[in-house]
Amino acid sequence: MRALTWHGKHDVRVETVDDPEIVNPRDAIIKITSTAICGSDLHLYDAYIPTLQKGDILGHEFMGEVVDIGPGSTLKKGQRVVVPFTISCGSCFHCSKHQYSACDNGLPADNQDIAQPIYGQPMAGLFGYSHMTGGYAGGQAEYVRVPFSDVGPIVIPDGVDDDKVLFLSDILPTGWMAAENAEIEPGDTVAVWGCGPVGLFAVQSAFLMGAERVIAIDHFPRRLELAKRFGAETINYEESRTYEALMEMTGGIGPDACIDAVGLEAHGFFADNVWDQIKVSTFMGTDRAHSIRQAIIACRKGGRVSMPAVYGGFVDKFPLGAFMEKGLTLKTGQTHVQHYMPGLLNAIMEDKVDTTFLISHRMPLEQAAEGYKMFHDQQNEVTKIVLKPGMDQAPAA
Amino acid sequence: MADHLAPGEHDDAPLATAKQADRREQAANGLDEAKGDAVSGKTVTINRPRQEIYDFWRDVTNLPKVMENLVSVDAVDGQRSRWVVKAPGGGTVEWISVITEDRPGELIAWASEEGAEVPNSGRIEFRDAPGGRGTWVSATILYDPPAGFIGKVIAKMFQREPAIQARRDLRRLKQFLETGEIATAARNRRQYEEEQN
Repeated sequence: MRALTWHGKHDVRVETVDDPEIVNPRDAIIKITSTAICGSDLHLYDAYIPTLQKGDILGHEFMGEVVDIGPGSTLKKGQRVVVPFTISCGSCFHCSKHQYSACDNGLPADNQDIAQPIYGQPMAGLFGYSHMTGGYAGGQAEYVRVPFSDVGPIVIPDGVDDDKVLFLSDILPTGWMAAENAEIEPGDTVAVWGCGPVGLFAVQSAFLMGAERVIAIDHFPRRLELAKRFGAETINYEESRTYEALMEMTGGIGPDACIDAVGLEAHGFFADNVWDQIKVSTFMGTDRAHSIRQAIIACRKGGRVSMPAVYGGFVDKFPLGAFMEKGLTLKTGQTHVQHYMPGLLNAIMEDKVDTTFLISHRMPLEQAAEGYKMFHDQQNEVTKIVLKPGMDQAPAA
Repeated sequence: MADHLAPGEHDDAPLATAKQADRREQAANGLDEAKGDAVSGKTVTINRPRQEIYDFWRDVTNLPKVMENLVSVDAVDGQRSRWVVKAPGGGTVEWISVITEDRPGELIAWASEEGAEVPNSGRIEFRDAPGGRGTWVSATILYDPPAGFIGKVIAKMFQREPAIQARRDLRRLKQFLETGEIATAARNRRQYEEEQN
């Protein structure tokens, strides 16, 4: 089959590789029809993520058609499914509590040793995101092997377009969980740092959960425009001082809930040394951690901070004093995708959530390397690229 | 340091986690026929009933499913079994293991028979986990790491450090009993077979 493989910094290639097969009883093989490039994939592209190996197939936002099943799968050939980016067993203690991203059994036993020293316990497996997260082949390919297919994938009714449901795989549940973790109450003002896909879905979700006002913070004009379209007020942090603006816009109270969706593009699992390398060598500098610091300082006394933004290592100068003195609550975590998929599929079917607005480009899988470069170089114009393995080679739509 | 503590005044933490080496060695004292002195002790919680996990382990022919470097374990009689372990260079090493203690649903201890090239012994205990979370499974393994070729066999069986292999084998046991399979990132059968060797 053809697949997008990683070879080094800014070097990804569409190559012919071995087809996947059923290996374990609960496996299914999915023929990919749509697969997105995630902001977090750019960190693989930039070679910031350790434990990635040459030839690894990337991609963790994908959907397609079931073409083969193991004896333990509950799927049927021909069904269309969206696959969660987290690989979770469904039968351990954490899965039974719907804490799917904390699954005990998603990672191969040997890979669990990589994460355990950093996090204390190993986490769930992820598709296409280095060997620290299991070394599973990703979905930017024609086919993918999906473990625990009786638990993860959600079946999509006929007649529903891929583009409407593809984001159930990651960014829509992630934005929704971010808003849920903000424990929004009627009348609340919610501030969202970062208007990437997760931030934009958090904006929509916050309104659906009863927020009276949402204030979106970013510096890309196009992304702020999208937030505005969903009813958010905006702060462009290159034009205005964020803390001062938030205080003025809330009468000196501060937002009731603050969502940090800035670091989210790094679904990262950085060891601290890699973290330091990133800090010194890239444009991000310390800004990455800056958003969570600013959220804590701006948040009203007794308020809630939600952090879908992924921090993999350690952070300096965390304002623990403000956090304690103001009695804030912080909720965070990798998304428990399987828990949110059914409800969000319903929300999409009932047109309560708009997903397709995000897609700026569609292109064939064969042009995936070009897609990475575009996404990397043009963050304002490119909000989301969806690769279609079955699509004719044609200019990007 | 715990020097000021009178005997019996230690904390409630398992001996295998003690900072002092002599206290860690006491973890082995519960073994009837301790063979060797390199101890590896690990506990994992498995979301299954105690008796079911005991039954799986007591049928020693199941062990190669979860212990990475075991080629086979065949029952010789009710107490004895023949263990065949992968050796470097594609060969195998084997010995007879005898069950030295057997408390159904609670504990199994074993030791290699006299004359084994690699004297080894171990104990696996099963306790109800609090809060209805299944079973705590604790493994303690002792072996006498020899030098030379056999030493390499053991290094492979237990990898660099016995604690690592015991931890990984317990995780595989947990995966097999909780999910019915052992997680692998292999994309196809060929890759899977390669990883097994």
